[in-house]
Amino acid sequence: MDNNDFPILHQKVNDEDLVYLDNAATTQKPKQVVEAMEKFYYNDNANVHRGVHTLAERSTEQFEAAREKVRKFINAKSNKEIIFTKGTTDSLNMIAQSYGENIHEGDEIVISIMEHHSNLIPWQQLAIKKHATLRYIGLTDDGELDMAEAKKLINDKTKIVSVAQVSNVLGVINPVKKLAELAHAHGAVMVVDGAQSAPHMPIDVQALDCDFFAFSGHKMLSETGIGVLYGKEELLNDMTPVEYGGEMIEFVKKYDTTWNDLPWKFEAGTPNIAGAISLGYAIDYLNEIGMQKIFDYEQQIVDYVLPKLLAIDDLEVYGPTDPTKHTAVISFNLKGLHPHDLATGLDMEGVAVRAGHHCAQPLMTYLGLSATARASFYFYNTLADADKLVEAIKATKEFFKHGTI
Amino acid sequence: MALSRMDDLYRQVILDHSDNPHHHGELPDATNNIELKNPTCGDVLKLDLNIEDGVIKDAAFSGYGCTISQASASMMTDAVIGKTTDDAEQMVQTFSNMIIGEDVDTDSLEDAAVLEGVSKFPARIKCATLAWKALHKAMNKEESE
Ligand SMILES: Cc1ncc(COP(=O)(O)O)c(C=O)c1O
Repeated sequence: MDNNDFPILHQKVNDEDLVYLDNAATTQKPKQVVEAMEKFYYNDNANVHRGVHTLAERSTEQFEAAREKVRKFINAKSNKEIIFTKGTTDSLNMIAQSYGENIHEGDEIVISIMEHHSNLIPWQQLAIKKHATLRYIGLTDDGELDMAEAKKLINDKTKIVSVAQVSNVLGVINPVKKLAELAHAHGAVMVVDGAQSAPHMPIDVQALDCDFFAFSGHKMLSETGIGVLYGKEELLNDMTPVEYGGEMIEFVKKYDTTWNDLPWKFEAGTPNIAGAISLGYAIDYLNEIGMQKIFDYEQQIVDYVLPKLLAIDDLEVYGPTDPTKHTAVISFNLKGLHPHDLATGLDMEGVAVRAGHHCAQPLMTYLGLSATARASFYFYNTLADADKLVEAIKATKEFFKHGTI
Repeated sequence: MALSRMDDLYRQVILDHSDNPHHHGELPDATNNIELKNPTCGDVLKLDLNIEDGVIKDAAFSGYGCTISQASASMMTDAVIGKTTDDAEQMVQTFSNMIIGEDVDTDSLEDAAVLEGVSKFPARIKCATLAWKALHKAMNKEESE
């Protein structure tokens, strides 16, 4: 696949060609998205929904067109179900705060041990506040979600199940559709953290039958500060807004207010207009390639690189060893070396990876680790990038063995 | 190859200290102690001090972290044992200035002076300063818990 649309990728860092493998943190932006933003700001910028002048009409039209693109992208039934937020974190917090009002003492919330802090702390704090119980689904030996345990944990007391569709550490795909079935069989709602799935595979929220779905624009070619909360219309209708202010009202009286219709009820204040529009253009770009094609291509990279990584002596690779169960998010450690030292070595070779706990400290503790290095690919990466990663790991390993090169 | 730049960061002395850290462990009768975490990487550093009459009689560290943070803690304990807390405070300042690339006289820091190279790796500065930050905090704590 082509990376000529991404000027940032064509540079040297530390005298080496840049190999950007930190896409799970954020992706780079293609010319098409950056140029569309420039065009918007130079020609059409105005606040949305509140002016009758021409620019206000143009920007409102583009903002709402972006919502329609998002709706199609995840196959939601209606635009009313697409709420623009700051990102996945914001979306998940909104659900916990607003839908969380339905939680009472003795209720149970089920998440997994591999959750990102943004799909963990909101539920943990909700449980504390409401005197509810938070339960964790663990992992199988192979690093997959333990579905047998999930079946045992989800019961009639369960009110919310919230799990990531793809783990940002282990790279596994979780069977969220099956979890949704389990949740619904017990009258609970299913929340899906789609931060690592929406950028990399076709999403159909109706087929998944999830009740809420959250994702971030910046992890799929768009800007930071824009994200999406999808919710089923009937649920959103019954929920109260989390934030109050402009735009989200129908009528404000001195001692009472009625809310605007969906989705604006949940979009208080001036939204990230340019961000939403850029997400629309990012979706156009992704659709041009095709989400299934992106998924298949990234699987090819995993097929190629995972066995090579597993073959490096002293390299521990986390998550499933079967490439068909692993997405292109791969965490690893060199035995005896802290991942920060490894990441610095890779950086000197031009290879950008992340090192740390990846906002998943309970998972790190569960695995008995303090941190890992993580390489995460996107469609603009190549098999040559994968080779460079493998070589750079080997070189770094040699460096620390001898203290010099 | 660009990995050669690593030599600026991982000088042999640094690797020696991280492979065989000095004063690694705990002081059962510490007068001052502290546990510091580096939230970005999850590293933990515990520092025990024995301070008598304003002099650091002994120091020991434990926890886990990267090569730079472990070496830095080892070098720091080497350098401050036997010093007055006032002198140690001065060294904390010298180290902080050195690590952001300022031109300072680093003799008092002993081995820790070789960490000067870290100033060229901004992402790793926090790893190097953790031990000195812990020293500063531990010395300024009224008494151990
Ligand atoms: C699985 C997962 N959930 C949630 C998030 C949070 O996304 P954001 O920081 O864009 O809100 C991330 C991003 O790091 C993630 O990987």
